Amino acid sequence: MEENSKLSQFQPVKSIFEINREERMAPGHRACAGCGPMIAVRQILQSLDVKPVVISATGCVEVTTSTYPDSAWLVPWAHVAFENSAAVASGVEAAMHALKVRGELKEERPVIALAGDGGTFDIGLQALSGALERGHRMLYVCYDNEAYMNTGIQRSSATPFGAWTTTSPVGKEWPGKAEIKKDIMGIVVAHGTPYAATASISHWKDLMTKVRKAVSQNGPTFLHVYAPCNRGWRFEPKDTVEVAKRAVETRFFPLYEVENGRYRITVPVAKPRPLEDFLSLQGRFSHLLKPENLEVLKELKSIVEERWSKINAAASVQVQT
Amino acid sequence: MSDPRVRPVGPYPISQGGWHEGGSSKAYVTNDWRLEKPVVDLEKCVGCLYCWVYCPEPAIDLLDRAGKGPSKVRIDYDHCKGCGICQQVCPPKAIKMVPEEEEIANNGSI
Repeated sequence: MEENSKLSQFQPVKSIFEINREERMAPGHRACAGCGPMIAVRQILQSLDVKPVVISATGCVEVTTSTYPDSAWLVPWAHVAFENSAAVASGVEAAMHALKVRGELKEERPVIALAGDGGTFDIGLQALSGALERGHRMLYVCYDNEAYMNTGIQRSSATPFGAWTTTSPVGKEWPGKAEIKKDIMGIVVAHGTPYAATASISHWKDLMTKVRKAVSQNGPTFLHVYAPCNRGWRFEPKDTVEVAKRAVETRFFPLYEVENGRYRITVPVAKPRPLEDFLSLQGRFSHLLKPENLEVLKELKSIVEERWSKINAAASVQVQT
Repeated sequence: MSDPRVRPVGPYPISQGGWHEGGSSKAYVTNDWRLEKPVVDLEKCVGCLYCWVYCPEPAIDLLDRAGKGPSKVRIDYDHCKGCGICQQVCPPKAIKMVPEEEEIANNGSI
């Protein structure tokens, strides 16, 4: 679409009072109490002045918001298969572009593809790669709850090292998941994507600003949102926001953006909290705090430090460590 | 059929293309999911909207929905699942969780 489009105007979120108050998600959906992904979806939808078109891959959010015969969505919405949310969003964007060229488009809307970590890191990766390469003007949001939650907490390639899931059990042989989390941001940035960012539900202003910035770009954009799941991560429902906050404060999940290849850390963490503050809230990491798993904990800490220093080195503004 | 959670037996009419009606989930109440309910102290509430921005439902009703300034809130007890996030994120600690059985006058605003 042309650069002079109304959607191209970017306004950072300055205050909570300026965001849109008209609800885009109706209550009564069947998401668990204290659902992190649903907080992410609400913050994304409320941040925009124009109602977006949302294409959902199969996943927790899709299953819980469209339980027959109900729908919780108050924006144009479609559910597609697990793997092709990016492909369908591309088609919607292409159709809207064609209508615009013909002068038949009544209102420009941002197109958002919404998928979980399974639908992004594993099953939807080829569709995402294709959409990024074709350069459609769309925002792809991955809400990352770090496993396949609604089917019973199976590991995905987004599950962090050492975490318990039902398919990476903890026992004498295995100390939880043995592999490290896939670097999805690195994969997306390697496509030459104009804008890619990570966000956390605990930092709503940062998340909403990134959504607005992504939507204003004339090309494919990617947002990786950290959305804790209290059922799968084994913590109290009331702590969802606290867990997300501690993930940022311990450098476990760095918040940064990559604009045309330039890295910038948006929430600098000069003095990180000890990683145990993040781990101790969650049952899926409880085995790491036992003395016999000290080596595993050390390895997880080195993975976290390595990830941070890699991003910090890439960022133009260095944070004193 | 006084219980709104009990739906009439289908099949439900689905229009061409198979759309659900947007926002129809509002008819489904989830108030029996919770053990504790949040109660807002409107004297302490400063209208910062933090509970609203962090509510997964949304079960926080803004008293000033049309405005552009601080707005005090009311809990939607039909849909609140009692997760307690609002109590955790409330800066002035105006929300407290009380047992579900406790009688609250004035629609939860004490």
